[in-house]
Amino acid sequence: MDNRFIFIFLVFAPLSLFSFGGGQAIIAEMQHQVVDVQHWMTNQEFVDLFALSRAAPGPSTLIAALIGWHVAGFLGALAGTLGIYLPSSIVMYAAIKWWHAQADSPWRRLLQRGLAPIALGLVVASAATVLQAAQANTLQLVVAVVGAGLLLYTRIGPYPLMAAAATGFGVLHFL
Amino acid sequence: MTSEPSAAQQHVSLTALFLAFFRIGMSSLGGSGQAWLYRELVQKQRWLDEQEYLGAMTLSQVLPGANPVNMALYVGQKFKGGFGGVVGVLGLVGPPFVIILILGVLYAEFGASTLVRDVMAGMIAIGVSMVLQLAVQLSRNIREIVPGIIAGAIFVAVGLLRWPMIPVVLALAPLSLGFEYFAAQRKPPDG
Repeated sequence: MDNRFIFIFLVFAPLSLFSFGGGQAIIAEMQHQVVDVQHWMTNQEFVDLFALSRAAPGPSTLIAALIGWHVAGFLGALAGTLGIYLPSSIVMYAAIKWWHAQADSPWRRLLQRGLAPIALGLVVASAATVLQAAQANTLQLVVAVVGAGLLLYTRIGPYPLMAAAATGFGVLHFL
Repeated sequence: MTSEPSAAQQHVSLTALFLAFFRIGMSSLGGSGQAWLYRELVQKQRWLDEQEYLGAMTLSQVLPGANPVNMALYVGQKFKGGFGGVVGVLGLVGPPFVIILILGVLYAEFGASTLVRDVMAGMIAIGVSMVLQLAVQLSRNIREIVPGIIAGAIFVAVGLLRWPMIPVVLALAPLSLGFEYFAAQRKPPDG
């Protein structure tokens, strides 16, 4: 095992442990590490890879795979992915083990009820974060609200809506 | 949605876990991951009821790690232990891992395309639609004033003012828990 792969893992592992609330929180620090500290790529390359990771399916933290690939090919991609997911997953694993062990306790019921409004607030906040990160324009906001209305009050599912919006914005590109 | 069967008695195979998280991972475009998790885990498979979904989601948010990855660990572990968690995460991350590398190669060949960026803008708009729909659905279950105010305060602080999430949650969670504690004291819990 080349120690380049261990090094890639070690750059992402601390970021993993600080990725509270998902990937958004650590992107700025990742950019700093990858561009300014390790000099793995230019700032523009990082921004392009970030856009790519948002366009692809899966969590946006999969940008770690792209960066690892850029530095050291396929094994680098694996090292980056393990680095960004393994440490946080070990923490989560321990927490869930404890949580499931409390299944019948009134404390867990209380926690679950008390945390519900917090989760709801965070879910709505994540919509605002996505819009801000994408620097959404007025048209996108209108489409988002109309789309939510259609999802709530008609039987139209998200796949046809996504296909329609992607096509519509794609056609606008040529006008 | 109050009379769902207890999820604890369900038998869930490793294949079912893998396929469910495969669908969630591949569908999570334009920031719609939260909404797909809800659709698949609560509405379609009924592996979690709404209460448990919200509890697991909060756990996923306040602990480090990508939310869908943490949810895969939660659900996998619930039905099949640690190995189930690993299978869930592989279903979720494995296929997108391959796709993103293919996209990376295409990007290196052809460069960034403004057409792709515009198509993405449309998908992001619908991703936001899905999260808005989920928010409306979840808020129907909040029937009291105090939890509503707490949810609203979290949204304003984290979503609009961009305050760091952890201190905000740490400040408001005791309020919410205290409210539920005294509410439970006032009226005896039903079944």
